[in-house]
Amino acid sequence: MKYKLTKKQRKNRNRIVLAAVTLVAVWLLAELTDLPWWCAIIMFAIPYVIVGYDVLRTAFINLIHGQVFDEKFLMMIATIGAFATGEFPEATAVMLFYQVGELFQSIAVGRSRKSIASLMDIRPDYAVVLREGEEVTVSPEEVAIGETILIRPGEKIPLDGRIIDGTTTINAAALTGESLPADKVAGDSVISGTLNLTGVIKVETTSNFAESTVSKILELVENSSEKKARVENFITRFARWYTPLVVISALLLTLIPPLFIDPGCGAVWLKWLKRALVFLVVSCPCALVVSVPLTFFGGIGGASKEGVLIKGANYLEALAGIDTVVFDKTGTLTKGHFAVEDVHPSDISVDDLLDIASAAESYSSHPIAESIINAHKGHLDKSRLGKVEEIAGKGILAEVDGQQYYVGNGALMESIGANWHECHLTGTIIHVSCGKKYLGHIVINDEIKSDSAKAISELKKLGVHKTVMLTGDKRSVAESVAGKLGIDEVYAELLPADKVSKLEELLSAGGRLAFVGDGINDAPVLTRSDVGIAMGALGSDAAIESADVVLMDDQPSKIASAIRLSRKTMRIVWQNIIFALGVKLIILVLGALGIANMWIAVFGDVGVLIIAILNAMRSMRRIEK
Amino acid sequence: MKKVFELEDLDCAHCAQKMQDAVAKLEGVKSVTVNFLAQKMTLEADDDVFDSVLKKAVKEIAKVEPDCTVVL
Repeated sequence: MKYKLTKKQRKNRNRIVLAAVTLVAVWLLAELTDLPWWCAIIMFAIPYVIVGYDVLRTAFINLIHGQVFDEKFLMMIATIGAFATGEFPEATAVMLFYQVGELFQSIAVGRSRKSIASLMDIRPDYAVVLREGEEVTVSPEEVAIGETILIRPGEKIPLDGRIIDGTTTINAAALTGESLPADKVAGDSVISGTLNLTGVIKVETTSNFAESTVSKILELVENSSEKKARVENFITRFARWYTPLVVISALLLTLIPPLFIDPGCGAVWLKWLKRALVFLVVSCPCALVVSVPLTFFGGIGGASKEGVLIKGANYLEALAGIDTVVFDKTGTLTKGHFAVEDVHPSDISVDDLLDIASAAESYSSHPIAESIINAHKGHLDKSRLGKVEEIAGKGILAEVDGQQYYVGNGALMESIGANWHECHLTGTIIHVSCGKKYLGHIVINDEIKSDSAKAISELKKLGVHKTVMLTGDKRSVAESVAGKLGIDEVYAELLPADKVSKLEELLSAGGRLAFVGDGINDAPVLTRSDVGIAMGALGSDAAIESADVVLMDDQPSKIASAIRLSRKTMRIVWQNIIFALGVKLIILVLGALGIANMWIAVFGDVGVLIIAILNAMRSMRRIEK
Repeated sequence: MKKVFELEDLDCAHCAQKMQDAVAKLEGVKSVTVNFLAQKMTLEADDDVFDSVLKKAVKEIAKVEPDCTVVL
């Protein structure tokens, strides 16, 4: 991605280049000729002031305000001290590299912000609203609920709503990461922030802008960096102590050893002062203070590009340590609607059995009936159905093509004395008989999502050692689903309140627990768990509000991606902490022993900062699937 | 009232923390967050004193980093 430097950054870059060229020239001159010391000071002061005047200015202002532990003030003391001890090139170079580090940091932060901002492209700029037959272009905030808006191909959907006229395809990639466009016709709902690809549509709005999906998402991403991870708070506390501690050590290092060695000898004082200056140069915890939040920022940004919204660095941190994942069944692992899984006919073909059953059910709107009708291929002639009689709690007696058919459960078959048998499969079983003659049965189940099994196996691969399923459904159905997916523990026939108490039980057993639900009716469970993950949240405000992590689409396998990504982020954070602290500590020790000089100290400050930032920026990259 | 302000040329993460600490100490400030990465300050104060609190906050920010300006 191309990043354009700001005016201030360009100016600083030019200053650095100018100062660097001057420094090299002055240095060569000083090496080749034998300048008197006062002349050398003046010569080296030229690039020093070019590159460092703003640091000096800020340092003075801070000094007036009594801020002695300010990094700029310390940088000034360190460099002036270096001048005083006769290390002229070192003094200028320290200031020069300090500014290189500052510029680099500023560019890195700008780039990260821009990359996150590109996610913000989902914000719609305008809406074309139809008022009294005329097209008016207004800002999305000015459109009320129930107004009709017009969206042309290539335009963003500005507000949530329902199509009242037209057909089109919609691309939701900006929100979900899913690049496959979806077809939409009149009556379908559309979501703000998605892209209208092919047709002109008229949409009746169902939300105002503040309540629309796109606003909620933007708000969530923008606020996510305010919820700090534990490790971030640790760094903040550490930074408050580190600088004063190093500065005081530097002071003691200048004063104490010479007093004991030879208080009368100027050379001894000079030697220890030089060592103390090394301390001042590495006294800024910048590498940590910048890189740790930058890593989290990048991690959260990278996740949102994949349609995983994480509400704060604290949740990202928690997600990385998850070892138990608890799933709700319906709507999470299964699609939440019924479908015919199998057809077992007796003395009749599969197609004929489905044909009779769907004809018998053709006027019913029950979900079970609908699933049978959906499984029926070809045209369904409703006129074949004659009289229908409902047998409460058991099924129906229907006249199809002039024949009497019983369609219903086992109890119905038993009561009419048909020669029926149980099915070896679990689920909802619909038996069919013609009079007393048994024709077979149809197995209907809530369909398992195509990537549920992959989701569980990937979690196992990541070392999540327990997967649990909670459901209000029948035990036999729950166990069959869990068996197919390889879930470790199943708790079935739970009432909503039971789910909370079951979760508390699991929490008290130890382990860090994530709960995954569809956000409908499971808000208490979502809040109670260490990390509450809501899925299929596109268009569901409740889920976005109650969860800590929101999966914009409904693929459970995204949970594994989210965990993988948060672990990668945490790995980078710890790499940076250990690296930065380790290097600084080594330099402090070597500096106190007189082994590390100013050049090594500069590396300990700016070099570490740049390496830590480069490492932090890796967190923005998409993880490999 | 709670308002969000953009901060221009907020260049050091350390300073953002310091600004937040300094502004939080001001009288009348209910809550404040200075977000280095978003380059934004969220300031909360009572409506009747908001403008005067804001003015003081701007001054505090200038004290910490003279280059940094609050976009009003």
